[in-house]
Amino acid sequence: MSPDPNSRPQLAPGCRLGENQGQKVLLMPERALRLSGPSLEIVTRCDGQHTVSTLIAELQKLYSKADPKKVEQDILGYLQLLHDQRALDFPS
Amino acid sequence: MTDAALSNPLALIAELTHRCPLHCVYCSNPQELSARQDELPTESWIHVLQQAAALGVMQVDLTGGEPLARPDLPALIRTARAANLYVNLITSGLPLDEKRLDELIAAGLDHFQLSFQGALEDTASEISGGKSHAQKLRVLEWLRSRRVGVTLNFVIHRRNLDQLEEMLVIAESSSASRVEFAHVQYYGWALANRELLLPSREQLTHSLDFFKNAQERLRGKIRIEYVVPDYYAKFPKPCMGGWARKVILITPSGEALPCHAATVIPGLQFENVEEKSLAEIWQKSEAFQKFRGEDWMQEPCKSCDRRSVDFGGCRCQALVLAGNAAATDPVCSLSPQRAKVDAIISAIRETSPVNSSSGSVVQPAWLYRPNPA
Repeated sequence: MSPDPNSRPQLAPGCRLGENQGQKVLLMPERALRLSGPSLEIVTRCDGQHTVSTLIAELQKLYSKADPKKVEQDILGYLQLLHDQRALDFPS
Repeated sequence: MTDAALSNPLALIAELTHRCPLHCVYCSNPQELSARQDELPTESWIHVLQQAAALGVMQVDLTGGEPLARPDLPALIRTARAANLYVNLITSGLPLDEKRLDELIAAGLDHFQLSFQGALEDTASEISGGKSHAQKLRVLEWLRSRRVGVTLNFVIHRRNLDQLEEMLVIAESSSASRVEFAHVQYYGWALANRELLLPSREQLTHSLDFFKNAQERLRGKIRIEYVVPDYYAKFPKPCMGGWARKVILITPSGEALPCHAATVIPGLQFENVEEKSLAEIWQKSEAFQKFRGEDWMQEPCKSCDRRSVDFGGCRCQALVLAGNAAATDPVCSLSPQRAKVDAIISAIRETSPVNSSSGSVVQPAWLYRPNPA
């Protein structure tokens, strides 16, 4: 089940960005995900403002050398993963 | 013996007090509880939190006993957040009212982990030795309208394994985004009550099926995690992510331990945060060094392919079950002492509440955890 392209992903309660040893991390209960490159670009845009479509469009532009379809698939997969871990909500 | 490059600790477990309004029969606190007068003052905990952050720690668990027994919690939460730590509160939910809850959240609490001793009030009262279930349900209600991470922690054992469905109902009607079904591990008070707590293999298997189904059904809504009693495992758990590799625990009186149970191991010298810096303790404490690396390992661990995966299991459990903290954790199928664990399992008698001739229920002979002086 893919995220609705018009929803505006945001970090779930209890989840926030932090920094550790000079690297950005996504902090959540009993877990921390190190973010860099694409994962960082995605998560920092999960601000309740960017729609999923806008987020994808921005990253396709950022990674202009990559196949746009693959960028879209990778992003949707990653958003779904974070949702399943309850780090992200998709309010419409 | 240190690793060639000692990595930083990732988590700090701050056992703020051993005082607690409950008397749970499975409590993982040591059977020798810390007295109130020996508790570290606020300033000392502030210093510990700041040092932990400087060492690279990312998360702090404010726990106990019952951390809510400490009036300085908001100050500790504010300090932890100012030091860029992620703050978890591991609590029974008492004593708490809405005003105090709002205070803790305003201070910057990230995550509220609420324990449950059962799905039914009678079971909860029996297991915790007090009335607390109704209060926990009230706390759940308050949490619905507050923005904070919420985990429900159901502690599972033979006496409440038949309440899993009801536990999930409680979880689903709350705002919790995470549920942990934690089978009791046998340390501290749980060890003393093991005969009454350890489930049969059949009960365990049934619970695993339940957890897996629940995980699937609630995927995307609630993150369900579970811990199993490792007596039934083929290989031991990588306890604490390895001895003194990722976690520092500070006891109420300021002793630095690699884990909850380490004081059962004879001959270990523990340092105190009032006397040494956290960095020095992490790098050089005799207790922390004792089981780092591989030099201390005995066979079969010493030449086992899994030694970097599970580190030979749990040192405290090896001490408790095999009499030797350097031995292979006897729950391991490769341990020459596995038969001891098999014997414990064989001795389980599936007891249920016995009805006396008058029709009243006879309670098992629990050893209840007291409140320290």
